Amino acid sequence: MHMADALISPVVGATMWVAAGATLAYCSRTLRQTRQEQLAPLMGVLGAFIFAAQMINFSIPLTGSSGHLGGGLLLAILLGPHAAFVIITSVLTVQALFFGDGGLLALGANICNLGLLPCFVGYLLIYQPLLGPDPLACSARRVGIATALAAIGGLQLGAFSVVMLTLFSGISSLPVDGFLLLMQPIHLAIGLVEGLATAAIVLFLRRARPDLFSSIAPASSIKPLLGAVCLATALTAGVGSWFASTQPDGLEWSIARTSGATEQTDHARSWPAVDTSTSLEGLLGAAATLSLILGIGFLLRRLSK
Amino acid sequence: MSRIDDTLRELRSLDSFAALPNTLTRLDPRAKILATFFYIAVVVSFDRYTILALLPLAVYPVILAALGDVPPSLIARKLLIASPFALMIGIFNPLLDRAPLVDLFGMDIAAGWVSFASILLRFALTVSAALLLVATTGFHRVCAGLNQLGVPRILTTQLLFLFRYAEVLAGEASRMGTARELRACGRRRLNLGVYAGLLGHLLLRALERAQRIHLAMLARGFDGEMRGPHQLAWRRTDMFFLVLCAACFALARSIDLPRALGHILLGALP
Repeated sequence: MHMADALISPVVGATMWVAAGATLAYCSRTLRQTRQEQLAPLMGVLGAFIFAAQMINFSIPLTGSSGHLGGGLLLAILLGPHAAFVIITSVLTVQALFFGDGGLLALGANICNLGLLPCFVGYLLIYQPLLGPDPLACSARRVGIATALAAIGGLQLGAFSVVMLTLFSGISSLPVDGFLLLMQPIHLAIGLVEGLATAAIVLFLRRARPDLFSSIAPASSIKPLLGAVCLATALTAGVGSWFASTQPDGLEWSIARTSGATEQTDHARSWPAVDTSTSLEGLLGAAATLSLILGIGFLLRRLSK
Repeated sequence: MSRIDDTLRELRSLDSFAALPNTLTRLDPRAKILATFFYIAVVVSFDRYTILALLPLAVYPVILAALGDVPPSLIARKLLIASPFALMIGIFNPLLDRAPLVDLFGMDIAAGWVSFASILLRFALTVSAALLLVATTGFHRVCAGLNQLGVPRILTTQLLFLFRYAEVLAGEASRMGTARELRACGRRRLNLGVYAGLLGHLLLRALERAQRIHLAMLARGFDGEMRGPHQLAWRRTDMFFLVLCAACFALARSIDLPRALGHILLGALP
């Protein structure tokens, strides 16, 4: 579900960077205040664990496909949402820098979709209320159901956010309804599977090391989070609507398309190639540019040897 | 579980190029980080049907790869592995956006194909720029630069820990996977119960390891901050690199260079 740089517009990318940055600042301040920065080695190793865990797939019963762990919810259950958010941010950064999963501009969006939503909304607003004040006293079934619901909730919101951000960016021509119909059911299935996997691991750990849960997961309050979510929503909606209104691309554009109106004038502006001579010009120019670039690269390589 | 080993090798191979002595690795990481961000912003700021005007921007990754001695085949392979998402979402454009946009020697090319090609081009440019940032800088120096640029220390420390222990834990995971495969009598697929046990044990090992590491670091005076061997110093060459990059990107953004070049070439032909 990593969004790619190629499908995102600078405004959307920057907005999500601001949202991710603000959450990161909030999390790092909270961790410092509660003296949890001492957890640094633990967080680092858990980040490496998530990194390794995402490479192990399990088979999904009755289907031919397989799934893997997202990790945000599991980390939030173990360490609390603030530390979990920092860890997921680090995992996504390494994936963007070393493997090109997502990209640097889309990193903010990916952090919000895969970190902020599972860690804060999934854990704080779904998992915790479902389990009540004493999670250790809950039955295994209740833990399983709460974990699955939290994973599904987080992923559904994440998929919805991917659709919205893609539409605001206006690079893809997918219409809203079609894209939603594509993404939500797929992520319902993925969420269920991921929820089951997370629940199975949590239950295993509860049997093997019950002391873990009482020692590291701190209780966190919900109020500052609600404020942050409201702020992020207002910010996204504000920027999104401004963007949708100044740019005929994106939301309005796809609505216009699905209702049958075509905007040829909009197309003609970007590549005014109607007769063959201009496209010949373009082709020739493209070929010349590319050979120049390759020539420069080749020359530099020879020179630096 | 050879996939884990492959991934690890990839992780190390990209970082190893930063140890080569050349002009690029000597630059301040902050200059390269800022240039990369500016580059990506310029690439994605183009209209969705732009192909031609994007082409000159390919010069940046090509020059970085050449100066940094990074083999193009490595970058190409990584691009190929990372491409499915962009391909999957992009391929809907030709299906949905069928209005003819370009007339190429009498052939009508639909707007969707043009925007699909543009998406692929953007993908290749932005991702290769990010990969080359690490390959020419090294992860430790990238983190030091990010820190200087205002990223919270808790995240940069976390990134360094993650990078260091990814190898250790992936090694553990790989060994556990091999042990399971040897006992699984040819069943390659993991069912959920075995998976949970496997990952749970991996997590327990990770926690134990983290505890040992933490104690060892405390014994050596760890105070929550990782200190690298590198002292960052902003020199005149760094400023020159950044200004040069910014000027070139701005030029490519404001002038459609291939079209101008094509115009000149066509004019030169009889």
